[in-house]
Amino acid sequence: MTEQNILAFLPVLPSGELVGSAAELLGAAALIGTPVGVLVTAPGKAQRAAESAGHYGATAVFVVEDDTVSSTLTAPAADALVTAGRAVGAEAVLIPDDVDGRDIAARLSVRTQSAIATDVVGVHRDDEGVVAHHSVYGSMFTTESAPTHGSLIITLREGSVENRAPGVDPKIRRLDLGELPSQSAAIIEFSPSAEASTRPDLRGADTVVAGGRGLGSVEGFALAEELADALGAGLGASRAAVDAGYAPNSLQVGQTGVTVSPELYIALGISGAVQHQAGMQTAKTVIAINKDPEAPIFDIADLGIVGDVFEVVPQLIETLKAKSS
Amino acid sequence: MKIAVLVKEVPDSYGERRLSLTTGLADRSASDPVLDEITSRAVEAAVSYAESSEDVEVALVTMGPESAEAMLRKTLAMGADSAHHVIDPELAGSDMTLSAEVLAAVLQRIECDLIIAGDVSSDGSGGVIPTMIAERMGIAHATSLDTLEITESTVTGQRATYGGTVTVQAQLPAVVSLTERHPGPRFPGFKGIMAAKKKPLETYALADLGIDPAADVPRSIMLAVSESPPRSAGEKIVDEGDAGTKLADYLIEKKLV
Ligand SMILES: Cc1cc2nc3c(=O)[nH]c(=O)nc-3n(C[C@H](O)[C@H](O)[C@H](O)COP(=O)(O)OP(=O)(O)OC[C@H]3O[C@@H](n4cnc5c(N)ncnc54)[C@H](O)[C@@H]3O)c2cc1C
Ligand SMILES: Nc1ncnc2c1ncn2[C@@H]1O[C@H](COP(=O)(O)O)[C@@H](O)[C@H]1O
Repeated sequence: MTEQNILAFLPVLPSGELVGSAAELLGAAALIGTPVGVLVTAPGKAQRAAESAGHYGATAVFVVEDDTVSSTLTAPAADALVTAGRAVGAEAVLIPDDVDGRDIAARLSVRTQSAIATDVVGVHRDDEGVVAHHSVYGSMFTTESAPTHGSLIITLREGSVENRAPGVDPKIRRLDLGELPSQSAAIIEFSPSAEASTRPDLRGADTVVAGGRGLGSVEGFALAEELADALGAGLGASRAAVDAGYAPNSLQVGQTGVTVSPELYIALGISGAVQHQAGMQTAKTVIAINKDPEAPIFDIADLGIVGDVFEVVPQLIETLKAKSS
Repeated sequence: MKIAVLVKEVPDSYGERRLSLTTGLADRSASDPVLDEITSRAVEAAVSYAESSEDVEVALVTMGPESAEAMLRKTLAMGADSAHHVIDPELAGSDMTLSAEVLAAVLQRIECDLIIAGDVSSDGSGGVIPTMIAERMGIAHATSLDTLEITESTVTGQRATYGGTVTVQAQLPAVVSLTERHPGPRFPGFKGIMAAKKKPLETYALADLGIDPAADVPRSIMLAVSESPPRSAGEKIVDEGDAGTKLADYLIEKKLV
């Protein structure tokens, strides 16, 4: 059987760097065919990103550099994927499962009349083609889906595929945008996030420390940050902590936030509502510290500590420091 | 102005949610159906805009089983003016391509200026239906908005993007979807509940919309379903002044630090 082309949409940050999930998208593409990257950037921003795409395994990279990319929502990316797909005949298209990615996938699926699989956590190939894996109802069920025919548009949940493709020297092909539909939303302002955190990204971190409403205040939440830094961990939060303004939206773990599967998950002052558990119950080891012995988080904790986080955690940090020196 | 709100009934996430291991479909007997929380926030956004402006009409639109009718009546009590319900046995287990086609067909019929949806549904975690509808209808989308400002001719809002936040703006007609950062729904008062009983609620079958679910277009089909083993509780200790040290020892012993 001839190798099939798998397109991977690789978002580029305003700095010109590829987003963190690029290696994973290309690694997933390599599991089912030949990875081909697609990038859209503002003029003059694509070269470095295209080279790194090769480093992560893209055998070819389609590049669009166009002014409309920073002023028009979704349309340039969707258009580039339609054109790239026509040029190489893609059997599947992998797109990050995030705010921009889902829009791109949605437009592409309708425009090319292709089946769509969202929030995908794995892919493989069987005799009939590409199969997508899903984790449903807060990781309680696993399902597999496939298109009846045609290619499959996939949005891939970040942090779910471990495979990485070997680096290559990619063929870079420039594409021009077609005429974009006039009825697209305009991007009228961009404000960069406050300085990027030096902590590992929540989605890929081996250890995650998450704080809840039990931390009581922004100052109290700093305890979760301190423990995260002591452990070199990613930082997460419950919805109640995000709603209370202790942490930004992007750190929310759970049904309507991020789903994580780290080696170690430490929940501080989190009751463990079912919607929170939905986002973390596949962690290998769960540790919970909560004052309330009846908190549901203890039902799924490998080690539960009934106690006050403001006493237990400082002692933990001290002890770890003492033992490592 | 006419606003359509896409409301959806889902299995209650506070209850036990199950998939049937034979059909792969939601097991409706396992937990009570409720209005998806995020779509209740979409209704709140529409109704509060209608209250603050002249001549704004709010229509609820859903595709779902019979039980969704009770949900529509309850939601009408929040202050929406009418409801539209697509109900057809052929829609059980429909894929997103078909769902978007059906919803776009109803929306086209009721001729609205603005469509408000939730960003992601809590059962399917697709997050693509609103934009698929926009593409089908040939109108703009502005999705996953954390803030929303509506005028007579535009919608504006902020959303997350790579490396920051963008403010996006679309001319009407458009589809927007809202995140859970929007205010939760009001409690309908007695008057609202009584009024809702008399509000128009129209139902549609696929044939009414001219849609053939068996059309030969690519669809997503489920091949396999399995249940993950549930997680169980491990050890639980009560802090007696040394739990921090004990935890440090545990982490070191298990090579987790
Ligand atoms: C549709 C829907 C989607 C949702 N999605 C999410 C989601 O994605 N993520 C999410 O997290 N939630 C989600 N929720 C909300 C969820 O139901 C809970 O409300 C939320 O998780 C509670 O957060 P919490 O545990 O921080 O707060 P609480 O439930 O208030 O718990 C705080 C805990 O801190 C403990 N505590 C207080 N002080 C201390 C102390 N000094 N030391 C130790 N412990 C202390 C208390 O005993 C308590 O158990 C969702 C809900 C719905 C309906
Ligand atoms: N069957 C449906 N009926 C009405 N609205 C729906 C339906 N499915 C999805 N939606 C809308 O689309 C949003 C996103 O859903 P989804 O793409 O399924 O995650 C939901 O919050 C609803 O507003």
